[in-house]
Amino acid sequence: MYQITKTEELATNIYYMEVKAKRVAKSCEPGQFVIVRTSKDGERIPLTICDYDRENGTVSIVFQIVGGATQFMSTLKEGDHFVDFVGPLGCASEFVHEDIEELKKKKILFVAGGVGTAPVYPQVKWLKQHGVEADVIVGAKTKDLVILEDKMKAIAGNLYVTTDDGSYGRHGLVTQVIKDLVEKEGKKYDLCVAIGPMIMMKFAAMTTKELQIPTIVSLNPIMVDGTGMCGACRVTVGNEVKFACVDGPEFDGHLVDFDQAMKRQQIYKTIEGREMLKVQEGDKHHGGCGQCGGDE
Amino acid sequence: MDVLKRVPISEQDAKIRATNFEEVCLGYTLEEAMLEAERCINCKNAPCRNGCPVSIDIPAFIQKVKAGDIESAYHIINESSALPSVCGRVCPQETQCEERCIRGIKGEPVSIGKLERFVADWALEHGIKPEKAKNKIDKKVAVIGCGPAGITCAGDLAKLGYDVTIFEALHEPGGVLVYGIPEFRLPKEKVVRKEIDNVLSLGVKIETDVVIGKATTIDELLEEEGFDAVFIGSGAGLPKFMGIPGEQSNGVFSANEYLTRSNLMKAFKEDSTTPIMRGKRVAVVGGGNVAMDAARTALRLGAETHIVYRRSEEELPARVEEVHHAKEEGIIFDLLTNPIEILADENGWVKGMKCIKMELGEPDASGRRKPVEVTGSEFVMDLDMVIMSLGTSPNPLISSTTKGLETNRYKCLVVDEETGKTTKDKVYAGGDAVTGAATVILAMGAGKTAAKAMHEYLSSL
Repeated sequence: MYQITKTEELATNIYYMEVKAKRVAKSCEPGQFVIVRTSKDGERIPLTICDYDRENGTVSIVFQIVGGATQFMSTLKEGDHFVDFVGPLGCASEFVHEDIEELKKKKILFVAGGVGTAPVYPQVKWLKQHGVEADVIVGAKTKDLVILEDKMKAIAGNLYVTTDDGSYGRHGLVTQVIKDLVEKEGKKYDLCVAIGPMIMMKFAAMTTKELQIPTIVSLNPIMVDGTGMCGACRVTVGNEVKFACVDGPEFDGHLVDFDQAMKRQQIYKTIEGREMLKVQEGDKHHGGCGQCGGDE
Repeated sequence: MDVLKRVPISEQDAKIRATNFEEVCLGYTLEEAMLEAERCINCKNAPCRNGCPVSIDIPAFIQKVKAGDIESAYHIINESSALPSVCGRVCPQETQCEERCIRGIKGEPVSIGKLERFVADWALEHGIKPEKAKNKIDKKVAVIGCGPAGITCAGDLAKLGYDVTIFEALHEPGGVLVYGIPEFRLPKEKVVRKEIDNVLSLGVKIETDVVIGKATTIDELLEEEGFDAVFIGSGAGLPKFMGIPGEQSNGVFSANEYLTRSNLMKAFKEDSTTPIMRGKRVAVVGGGNVAMDAARTALRLGAETHIVYRRSEEELPARVEEVHHAKEEGIIFDLLTNPIEILADENGWVKGMKCIKMELGEPDASGRRKPVEVTGSEFVMDLDMVIMSLGTSPNPLISSTTKGLETNRYKCLVVDEETGKTTKDKVYAGGDAVTGAATVILAMGAGKTAAKAMHEYLSSL
């Protein structure tokens, strides 16, 4: 059993939790993920790691309510437990293994979309701790859905917040901000790391391809075990089939077949299920139905 | 009674069982078991025993069954096997012990497997536990993976008195016994869980949710956590795909995923929250035991199910009993057929599979006749779901994170066959991680071999 030591509602339907998980906290690196279960016979839910504290043995996760399992998870309080908390899974971000001096010469741009801000955070933090300052774009639909802004501000070189509806920060999609930074504001980047909804990563990668900036994306396909056993998470990268859980989750954004990956995310979303979610969740509906765009 | 024939065993009716997940074979009663035991002529040289990968003293336990002393029979089996209820169900006895049975020369061999199952089930029902070690040995052993190899190795070392901890990556112990083999062939609560609990009752500790190679490494176990030796029984791992066009379409699954959803995650139960696709017309590509398990699961979930296999019935790698059961239940066998493309609709969902007819040519390296395409024989099967059951390749998680651990060209761990010792000091291995996909009992045999060698090594320190 893994005790929850802290919870916080970051925004409507987006939650932050700190969990006691010594083995994971000891060995995890930026870019990796965990799989959790809230009850015996419950689903195995893959979640990205948002932060970790090796000394206290805690790992932080951020999640958005997208269905029954995450809805239940949001009701857990400090002192409650996860039945399972497995990790770290997947490979660490490539830069973790790079030569620090070489890394310091690079200008890196992070592009975070929505809940994708959470997995971007430990990467920027790691770089900051190693003397590398990276720029960060945080994009959200609207002001209320911008998360982790203060924490990010403390570690980012320049932080650019943008909202789709213009209610906060810049007005427009993250792709527009990338273009503006490079084309109008004279920025130069050697590497872009884009993490967020699949559709955002697809367009961010298209934009950086035009701008000729090598780009890494982090995929979150359907998976069961997370150790390479089931093959549910297979994605086409270049012309090769990769398993996101063991080969990824980070891949070259210019080579990922996003259209296929997006189709594969719909596998267990039935027509009935979509309708049910819409009715059940009403105004709170944020995706998971596969058609409203909330999880795109 | 005709001594040349076996005492028949009762099974659930094929039509009824095709719609449920209850066990197919119902097992012997005490009377039936004693009657079948009478057929054993208790040969001195016991060829059956040489056919058993864990060398169970078969004639000895059968003599006890003959006498109606089932508890003693259990303890004889348990000296050699930690999982007799499992083995009595899933071992390929027909190519092991029973193949060598002297009774089999003229008539049917003694039903050794069914007798083992009877004895072990009886012991589980009567709460008979394996005997604990009398003395503790102050040395720590880590076992990686709680499947058949790991459980056997852990059980044997615990019986000798070692302090054993098993590390399991999934949330449940059992490995392939819980994620791979379906309920109708191997009940989880009634059999698997109880036999694993028996091993744990020997004092074996288990930590689930620990992925070795990620959460911690073998070097850390040896250097920081104070383990004196390590056994790797991490299993086969990554599912293979064919590499044909359309294979990424929605509705194409690996048998591993499909079976894990149904078995480990209980998607076959009506009240389960785990989603599983219930196809209408399903093709399972492959001819092994896993293919049969996947096909029979799909059938029970309501699909018309086909086995698509590129060779003929004779070459099917699955056990004859499994093929027979599958046919009885209504699985359609499309033999000498090979898929060449999976066809999808405009939304990316499977709508069919293009196949080509095959014929058998000259024998290949495996000694089996090589299937050759029949020119111009392409045809399309209408399907909404395809399950690929083509075997697995070893998971590189451990080999890639452990210094000094050599693998062969198939990425399997290199070990000394006599001892299971790897190329790294203090580290032993066995099961699918070494051999590639094989059987439960071979993994158990390897776990046993390694336990013996580890005991010798640890005693010499």
